Amino acid sequence: MSFAKLWSIIHEPLFWAAIASLKIALSALLIGLVLGLAIALARMNPNRHLSRAAVAYIEFLRGIPALILLFLIYFGLAAVGIRFSSLQAAIIGLGLNASAYLAEVYRAGLEAVPKGQTEAARAIGMRRGQVLRWIVLPQALAISLPPIGNVAISLIKDTSVASLIAAPDLMLRANDLSSQTFKPLEIYLVVGAIYFVICFPLSLVVRALEKRGERKT
Amino acid sequence: MSEPLVRIRGLKKAYGIHLVLQGIDLDVHSGEKLCLIGPSGSGKTTLLRCVNWLEEPTGGEILIDGAPIGTVAKGGRSHRMSDVELARMRAGIGMVFQRFNLFPHLTVLENVMLGPVRVLGAGRAEAEATARGLLAKVGLSEKVAAYPDRLSGGQQQRVAIARALAMKPKLMLFDEPTSALDPELVGEVLAVMRQLANEGMTMIIVTHEMRFAETVADKVVFMADGLIVEEGPPARIFRDPQVERTRAFLSAVEHRV
Amino acid sequence: MMDGAVVTPEMLLYLLRTLLIGAGATIWLTAASLVVAVVLGFGLALMRLSDSKVLQGIARVYLEIFRNIPILTQLFVIYFGLSRYGIMLPATVAATLGFGLNGASMLSEVFRSAILSVDRGQREAGLAIGLTSRQAFRLLILPQAARTAIPPIGNYAIGLLKDTSLASAVAVPEIAMRAKMLVAETYLSTEIYMMVAVVYLALSLPLARLTALAERRFSPHRSAA
Repeated sequence: MSFAKLWSIIHEPLFWAAIASLKIALSALLIGLVLGLAIALARMNPNRHLSRAAVAYIEFLRGIPALILLFLIYFGLAAVGIRFSSLQAAIIGLGLNASAYLAEVYRAGLEAVPKGQTEAARAIGMRRGQVLRWIVLPQALAISLPPIGNVAISLIKDTSVASLIAAPDLMLRANDLSSQTFKPLEIYLVVGAIYFVICFPLSLVVRALEKRGERKT
Repeated sequence: MSEPLVRIRGLKKAYGIHLVLQGIDLDVHSGEKLCLIGPSGSGKTTLLRCVNWLEEPTGGEILIDGAPIGTVAKGGRSHRMSDVELARMRAGIGMVFQRFNLFPHLTVLENVMLGPVRVLGAGRAEAEATARGLLAKVGLSEKVAAYPDRLSGGQQQRVAIARALAMKPKLMLFDEPTSALDPELVGEVLAVMRQLANEGMTMIIVTHEMRFAETVADKVVFMADGLIVEEGPPARIFRDPQVERTRAFLSAVEHRV
Repeated sequence: MMDGAVVTPEMLLYLLRTLLIGAGATIWLTAASLVVAVVLGFGLALMRLSDSKVLQGIARVYLEIFRNIPILTQLFVIYFGLSRYGIMLPATVAATLGFGLNGASMLSEVFRSAILSVDRGQREAGLAIGLTSRQAFRLLILPQAARTAIPPIGNYAIGLLKDTSLASAVAVPEIAMRAKMLVAETYLSTEIYMMVAVVYLALSLPLARLTALAERRFSPHRSAA
C-alpha cells in the first residue's frame, strides 16, 4: 500500500479523532482551571485545616501518574459501583490532574502580586472579596498565563493516555487503524505530526507570553 | 475646640517582643495638617498605618469622627470589626503610599475610577467625570489612557493622590510620599500636596522633607523609639526645640542637606 | 467486589509483593532513561550553545519535535512502528530509548539555561589567569551550572518516574503492567490501583522533598534572601 493510498484511508478518521482529543483536553482544562483556583485559595487560606487538605490534594495528584488516576477512576470506582464511561473517566481524571498543577500555578501568581496592591485597595475601602476580584486576581492571572498555557499543552499531549482506558481519542483511533492496515510506523508518525501541528504553535505563543512577562518585570 | 477628627489614645503596637509604638496619644482636628517626623524606625509609618487599620494595633484605640476604627463594642466587649465595616471606614480615609501602589493592570483613569465605582457604587459616567477633573487638578489630563508603567514616579504619585481624592475623603494619610522619587520629581508632588493643604484638607503626613513640613504643617510631631518626643507648631519645633533628642535629629538632618 | 477474590492478609501480601517487584522495574527504567536523557540532553545543550548555525538548528528541531508530541506516541513509533520494519527492540530497551530521547529534549533546556546563568565574569576571570576557553568551561562554568541544574533535573526525574507507567502499554513489566495483570487475575481493581498509587507516592514524595531541599540550597536567586 502506498502512502497516498494509506493517507486516503486514514486522514478523515484521524482528523475527527484529533477534534475529539481537543474536546477532551478543553473539558479537562476547564475543570482544572475552576477547581485549581478553588484549591489554590484553600491552600492560601489562613484556616490551617483547609490549607492542609489542599496540600494533601495537590501532593496526592501530583505524586501519582495520570494513567494510574485514570485506572482508579475507570476501573477502581467501577468495582465499588461508581461507573463512568471511558470518556467521562478520562475528562475527570485529566481535569483533576490538571487542577493540582494549576493550583500551584495560581498560587505562584497570587503570591507574586505585591502586598502594596492589596494595601492600596484596602485603603480605598474595598472589601476582601473585592480586592481579590478586581485587584489581585487580574494581575495574578496575567502572571499565570504562560504557565497555564504550558499546562494546556501538557494536557493535549496527555489526552493520549486516555486511549489506555479505551477513551475515544486520537491515539485509540490510531491503534485501530494500525491494526487494520498493518502500517503502525506511518500511522503513529502521522499522529505525532498531528499533535505537533497542534502543540507547536501553542508553545510559540506561550514563549512569546513569557518573553513579554520578563520584559515587564 | 470641637471634637477632633482623629483621636488616638494609648496606641501600642508590638511585633513579637519588639515594641514599635509604646503608647501614643494624639489628636488631629478637622482641617489640620500634621507632619510626623523622626528617625527611621521611630514608628511614624506604623502609627500612620494604624490610623486606617492597615496595621492592627496591639493596644489602645483610634477614633475617627468619634467612632472607633477596627473594633466595635458589642455587649460590653470589644470585637474586631467585620471586613465590610472596616472597608466602609477606610473609604473615608485616603492614603498615599511611599511606593505609589498603582494598579498596573488598569489605566490611569481606571485607577482613579475604581474606588468610586466599586466601593461607592457611583455610575461610570459620573465617576469618569470626577476622575478626569481630579487628574486635571494634579496636572495629568494627557495621561488618562496611559498605564502606570509608562509614567514617571512623580506622575504615578500624583495619580495615587487623585485616586485617594476620588473617594472624597475627610482625611488624607501620606506615608513618605516623596521618598521613592528622584530628587527632580519631588517638587511636583509636594506642589499638589501644598495645594490640597490650602484647600483645607485634613492631612497626616510622614515625611523627611523638613522645609515642606515647616511651611505647610499646623503641627509637627517628632517621634523616636515609638514615642512622641515633642510636638508643637513648626516654628517652635524647627527653630526652638525643647528636647535634646529633637535638636540632635534636626541638626543631623540639616547637616545632611 | 462480589465476584472478586477474597481479600485476605495473604492475598494483600501477594499483591504487595508482586507490585513491589514491578516498582523495582519502574525504578530501573527511570534510572536508565534518566542516564540516557542526561547524556543526550547535555550534548544537545552544547549543540545549541555552539557557534555553528547548523548544529543549533538541528538541536532546535530535535527538541521542538520531541517536546510537542506525546511520549506515548513516541513509544508506539519506536516499539510498534519500527518492529514492522524488522527493528525489534525488546520492550524495556524501546522504553528506555523512548523516555531517554524525550527526556533529552527537556533536559537540554535545563542545561542550556544553567550554563547561561553562570556569570560572564567567571569565564573572563578564568581567561585572565591564563586558562584556555575549554578549561574555563570545564573548570569554572560547568561546576557552577551543575549546581543550578540539580533542582530542575530532580523535577524532571519525578515526571519521568510517573511517565514510566506508560511503558505498561508496550508491555514493560513495570508496576502499572503488574497491576493490570493482577487485576485481570483477582478483579481487585480498587485495592490494587490504590496500592499502586501509594507506591508511586512513596517514591515521588521523597524525591520531591529532596528536590525542594536542593532548590533551597542551589538556586542562585533564592540564596540571596
